[in-house]
Amino acid sequence: MANLTINGKTFTLDVEPDTPLLWAIRENAGLTGTKYGCGIAQCGACTVHLDGVAMRSCGISVGEAEGKKITTIEGLASGNTLHRVQEAWIAQDVPQCGYCQSGMIMAVAALLNEKPKPTDADIDEAITNICRCGTFQQVREAIHTIASA
Amino acid sequence: MNKHISPRLNRRAFVIGTAAVGAGLAIGLDLPLGGPAVVRAADGSPEIGAWVVVRPDDTVVIRIARSEMGQGSLTGLAQLVAEELECDWTKVTTEYPTPGQSVARKRVWGDFSTGGSRGIRSSQDYVRKGGATARVMLIQAAADAWKVPASECRAENSVITHTPSGRTTTYGKVAEAAAKLTPPADVKLKDPKDWKLIGKGVNRLDTADKTTGAMVYGIDVKLPGMLNAAIKDCPVFGGKLKSFDEAKIADMKGVKKVVKVGDTAVAVVADTWWHAKTALESLPIVWDEGDNAKVSSESIAKWLAEGLDNSQPAYVGNKNGDAKAAIAGAAKKVEAVYSYPYQNHATMEPMNATALYTADGCEVWCGTQNGEAAFAAVLEASGLPAEKCDVHKVMLGGGFGRRGQTDYVRQAVMIAKQMPGTPIKLLWSREEDMAHGRYHPITQCKMTGAFDANNNLIALHYRLSGQSILFSLRPEALQNGMDPAAFQGVAQSGEAAFGYSVPNLLVEHAMRNPHVPPGFWRGVNVNHNAIYMECFMDELAHAAGQDPLEFRRKLMGNHPKHLAVLNAVAEKIGWTSPAPQGVYRGIAQVMGYGSYVAGAAEISVTDGIKIKVHRIVASTDPGYVVNPAQVERQVAGSFVYGLSALFYGGCTVKDGKIEQTNFDTYNSMRINEMPKVETVMVPSGGFWGGVGEPTIGVAAPAVLNAYFAATGKRIRQVPLRDQNITFA
Repeated sequence: MANLTINGKTFTLDVEPDTPLLWAIRENAGLTGTKYGCGIAQCGACTVHLDGVAMRSCGISVGEAEGKKITTIEGLASGNTLHRVQEAWIAQDVPQCGYCQSGMIMAVAALLNEKPKPTDADIDEAITNICRCGTFQQVREAIHTIASA
Repeated sequence: MNKHISPRLNRRAFVIGTAAVGAGLAIGLDLPLGGPAVVRAADGSPEIGAWVVVRPDDTVVIRIARSEMGQGSLTGLAQLVAEELECDWTKVTTEYPTPGQSVARKRVWGDFSTGGSRGIRSSQDYVRKGGATARVMLIQAAADAWKVPASECRAENSVITHTPSGRTTTYGKVAEAAAKLTPPADVKLKDPKDWKLIGKGVNRLDTADKTTGAMVYGIDVKLPGMLNAAIKDCPVFGGKLKSFDEAKIADMKGVKKVVKVGDTAVAVVADTWWHAKTALESLPIVWDEGDNAKVSSESIAKWLAEGLDNSQPAYVGNKNGDAKAAIAGAAKKVEAVYSYPYQNHATMEPMNATALYTADGCEVWCGTQNGEAAFAAVLEASGLPAEKCDVHKVMLGGGFGRRGQTDYVRQAVMIAKQMPGTPIKLLWSREEDMAHGRYHPITQCKMTGAFDANNNLIALHYRLSGQSILFSLRPEALQNGMDPAAFQGVAQSGEAAFGYSVPNLLVEHAMRNPHVPPGFWRGVNVNHNAIYMECFMDELAHAAGQDPLEFRRKLMGNHPKHLAVLNAVAEKIGWTSPAPQGVYRGIAQVMGYGSYVAGAAEISVTDGIKIKVHRIVASTDPGYVVNPAQVERQVAGSFVYGLSALFYGGCTVKDGKIEQTNFDTYNSMRINEMPKVETVMVPSGGFWGGVGEPTIGVAAPAVLNAYFAATGKRIRQVPLRDQNITFA
């Protein structure tokens, strides 16, 4: 059993402590917005926030995540008000297939939290998610739009 | 009274996640006394023809048969219908008919296949007619109610106006009456100059749920009582499953059953996928790997190289004059050998499907590029008739050609069939996905060019050796053994025609099919043919001492559309003015999928091995552009996919297996490596070309030709990582 605080809610889950956080979120907590892409912390599709820091949830165990504040894509909006990254993503039509975008949005939200006006170099360094559809230029443009708002 | 007939299975009230995209329409059928039948959508709203449902609140539901996988066709197809329908675009929504419903209605929605950049171009006429037909019926219904001639009425934005009197009504108000009318036999489509919505870069219809985690992909499907399966197929293609020792994992947490899947694979079924995968990794498995275990990349390369020899048999795909004789007597000859490796699609979402097999039938929920092929796979694997089966399409986490195949669908059904009544979600690990792709085919190419004394190109011999996709996947499409698709981009005519006139030309293919299964990989044969031809064209230009653009132009007089896109990129990149200090240019053009495309790159190279792409430009003439915003994204995305393959891709074979296992050994470009793609659209009208694939062909040769300009060194092999060349 493990207690996880996800999106402000406590989940008591029947899950072993060495289970990757990704699978506890998807299968035990039932929040499927966080995606599986590689399982080896390469692609970033599973990015969530742990105490506000963007982390790849496939590479963190449930044991390590206990006691931390976990935010997934489902918890990014405040009630019915979308996060500004989500709003920009919709307005600028960033996603193509969209599968990597949960992780991409979580990574971008953490970057903007840390650096409200990121340069291209900041974006290049912080955003290392794989997008096989190739949405990179829409991602970059949307980040700059948010930063200049 | 409406009598609602449920067309097939007694459906249980399954709930699929939150946003049940494509969960099926549960179509009902009115059988009134006299007059044609009214077909109703799940909520009771009437169909106005198969493509359009109008709800009382004026919402217009447009049926989409092709699959959305990020390429934007769902939105583009809706634009095509809405243009003719004259409906309010802000009230448009879409839904997928199921393949089972389509079969039951004599394929009223046509082809479901979403590959070959066909989504828009192969549907555009009948979906526009679907919209126009519905508009005519809606106007007629209003005219009937007003007892005026329909010719005095017009429609705009879902409002019908009787022009002489100024009376108005809306589509929602007349939909019931319109649904009872007999559809007109023929409708006239708009002249393209009158289009209002086609050609407009409207936002996609499917974005919002992709930003909140609400979008349901195959991997997210949830059914009551569902169990999860992890699978391992024999890592040597063609090998078989010999035995496995399930007792060793029987006590592992969550494990419910271990099942054989066909002759080649074993799956563990557990409460969660994590438990299934963990147990599968501990399962002792014995494979019968067979003779293919002796095959390696080296043995394949040697076999393909032998096919480059003119003494070996080959199919002729394009020919004029006598290239061999002209080369033999030429003043100057240039020869080069290129090669292109296997590539995995590596869709972000690994293959998966959820199947429920019961006494009543078999249903599958999955992302697929071809709903009808998936449906056929369900029938075959379940052994049940069409009226007892269906496939519910959900969003694809990438397709790129991989999800046109149905291996994963078949596997899911084979597992579910061994556990009747329990829904089974089969998910491949990334490692399984890397090991069991349907790979971009492997080829080599020897090219020989010959010049006369004045440096005019008088002959070209293009000799391919390697794998045919159609031989493996669509043998019925071979022509006397020849794979016509092998010549994409260098074909005599058609939708992938060669763009140069050479007096003596011979294009041939020595077909050699290794055991690694090939597949349609975004751009398909255009990828390697464009690299081979366009890099060699660059070699020929340099051998002739001529500018690569000017050299090409001289050969393109009879190919004005090819030339127009080449000129467009040349102008955009500023070919005739000097590049910035230390920056070098390359250019390329090709035709594929009915569209003419060209590309140009500006790069710098540090230490001979670090490439920085400063600018990259694409041009495309697809005839018509339905949604320029989506075309721009497709072109940019194709460049990311193509350059990822050039720099980082390449699947190698050892002991009959693919060596790459995950994104650490099969990497993909990141944001820091990709410049903005500058796209120039030059639609010339009069034809419909594809968009998703053609431009991928020109990204790699443009960069490779720029690399030569920068270093004087030719790269004739892919990927660059094997030559220690990477991004700066």
